[in-house]
Amino acid sequence: MANAPQVRTIDAGTPPFVSIHDRAMGDVIYRGVILFFALCVPLLVLLVGWEIARAGWPALHRFGLSFLTSSEWNPVKHIFGAAPAIYGTLASSAIALVLATPLALGVSVWLSEFSPRSLRQPVAFLVDLLAAIPSVVYGLWGIFVLLPVLRDPVMPFLRDRLGLGHTPFFSGPAYGPSLLAAGIILAIMILPYIASVSREVLLAVPRSQREAALALGATRWEAIWHTVLPHARTGIAGGVILGLGRALGETMAVTMVIGNRPEISASLLAPGYTMASLIANEFSEASSDAHLSALMAVGFTLFVITILVNAAARWLVWRVERGGRVWA
Amino acid sequence: MLRRTGIMLLLATLAACSGPREQSSRTGIALTGAGATFPNPIYSKWFADYARQSGVKINYQSIGSGGGIRQLSEGTVDFGASDAPMTDAELKAAKGPVMHFPTVIGAVAVTYNVPGLRAPLHLSGSVLAGIFLGQIRKWNDSRIAAINSGVALPATDILVAHRSDGSGTTYIFSDFLSTVSHDWAQGPGTGKELSWPVGIGAKGNEGVAGLVKQTPGAVGYVELAYARQNNLPTAAVQNASGAYVAPSVESATAAAAGVAARLPANTDYRVSIVNAPGASAYPIASFTWLLVYRAQADTSKAAELKAFLRWYLTSGEQSAATLDYAPLPPSMIQRLTVRVDSVGAGA
Repeated sequence: MANAPQVRTIDAGTPPFVSIHDRAMGDVIYRGVILFFALCVPLLVLLVGWEIARAGWPALHRFGLSFLTSSEWNPVKHIFGAAPAIYGTLASSAIALVLATPLALGVSVWLSEFSPRSLRQPVAFLVDLLAAIPSVVYGLWGIFVLLPVLRDPVMPFLRDRLGLGHTPFFSGPAYGPSLLAAGIILAIMILPYIASVSREVLLAVPRSQREAALALGATRWEAIWHTVLPHARTGIAGGVILGLGRALGETMAVTMVIGNRPEISASLLAPGYTMASLIANEFSEASSDAHLSALMAVGFTLFVITILVNAAARWLVWRVERGGRVWA
Repeated sequence: MLRRTGIMLLLATLAACSGPREQSSRTGIALTGAGATFPNPIYSKWFADYARQSGVKINYQSIGSGGGIRQLSEGTVDFGASDAPMTDAELKAAKGPVMHFPTVIGAVAVTYNVPGLRAPLHLSGSVLAGIFLGQIRKWNDSRIAAINSGVALPATDILVAHRSDGSGTTYIFSDFLSTVSHDWAQGPGTGKELSWPVGIGAKGNEGVAGLVKQTPGAVGYVELAYARQNNLPTAAVQNASGAYVAPSVESATAAAAGVAARLPANTDYRVSIVNAPGASAYPIASFTWLLVYRAQADTSKAAELKAFLRWYLTSGEQSAATLDYAPLPPSMIQRLTVRVDSVGAGA
């Protein structure tokens, strides 16, 4: 209170607040700064795309469509076709999604609906911890634990005992390093992303929804299946897309277990290659311009495919979402 | 009082710290180099020892041979390092004539996992090429049995393990196969990355060694130093004079000595020493090189660089074997020491 007269004397000299003109200036500056920051990110994406495309252009121009369709990758003879790497990237990510999505959904449904309060935090923490493990550690674990287990009991069991060897998908020798191994490693790596997003989304489903379903005589299972999950559908799909993005770009762990063989084989037991591992393997020792340009072109292809797959997934979600509203 | 003591102590400490440092920064010049990863352990040791003795700091980035050549061509480093000699095209792209200085010899060991095999496996160049081309598919193939008399070989399938990452080790191994096998030279050829006819690619020496160790029937190639430090079984490989020689530091040096005796006086040292002559020479070996511009723009840097080149040829070579790198034969060291003089100052 003692200061009040002082304030008033200052007020006598200058207006009590900045003029409208000054405030507008502040707004303009603020808006400019924010706009700059907001534009920085998309600009960065465009710049990255542009630079990779420019560096890869000689290879794309020389090989044309065969860069995407040819299976021969021969750095000695300067013949470059990325089809096996493209196939391997998509196939290993698909396997990872098929394995990880049900598991992640199970974890998040249990955590949000069934778990005792005392267990929820520790289990959620442990699942999230999977995301904190460096990928090279996953790779080492893959080499020393996963591959031997796959080689001995798992792959022969799938192929011979279950008779899956009669299908093209599980035929051929079982050495360990394979598309299947890469898919499994990727599944473990993307599981925490899907699980953590799904859990938050499920927890956000209003209690009233569950209560309404239960009040109508639904069992707990029916309440979750028919009410809670459909309500959280979009969010869960978002989590799956996040995991997919991560699986497409994962490099180190995949390189260590996939076998690095540029060949397209229907069998999941056969070794394969991914675009990210191809770049990681060959970039440091590539000295000829043609080879460097081909690797950049692979990088650009990966860039485009990642964007396309993500866009397609988002479009799918959007359609399902709209479809849902139509039914309702 | 206490405060004054503190200041005195501080001054004393400063004096103690700056004393050797002043002595060590003889010229204040630091050299930078970049390139091959394979000799990085021995280079690190050399640069550390050299800094202790002469005070000249050398920063080395082991970014890979290709990167080293690129950085040298762009003039961003004082010297490059490579496991494969620069090609004519690469030399043309450089800013001036580049000199190759061999430093140590790397040997590539063939490691295997053949169930029940006790005696060291014998392999010839043509059998190795046959295996890596996918023409020999089982361990009890008659071509392997013929050179391993008295050894019971199982009917296990052969799994070829090779490096997936670009590597000087692959370069040396494929250089050998191209030299001894026409089919290999016409097919996959020589390079740091190849289009492999068969097999599974693993990352790094540790990846190949791990795959071989875990998979019955597997065969792969690793650096000699890695094989020795991890006690991997290694095959004795038939050399040009017909003898089966186990990989070792001595047999790799012997390979270099065999080739060095035949080098012309004006050699640029861009020579391959695979399948070298000499009864005790191990056939899968290669130099690794330091790459230096003949014309140096900076006089003081040139003097330091030459001083280091002389140092590695005298003191450095003696410590190479401690890290399982094969030193150059004495005859070559003499010739190379003379060659250092032709690194000239002034562009």
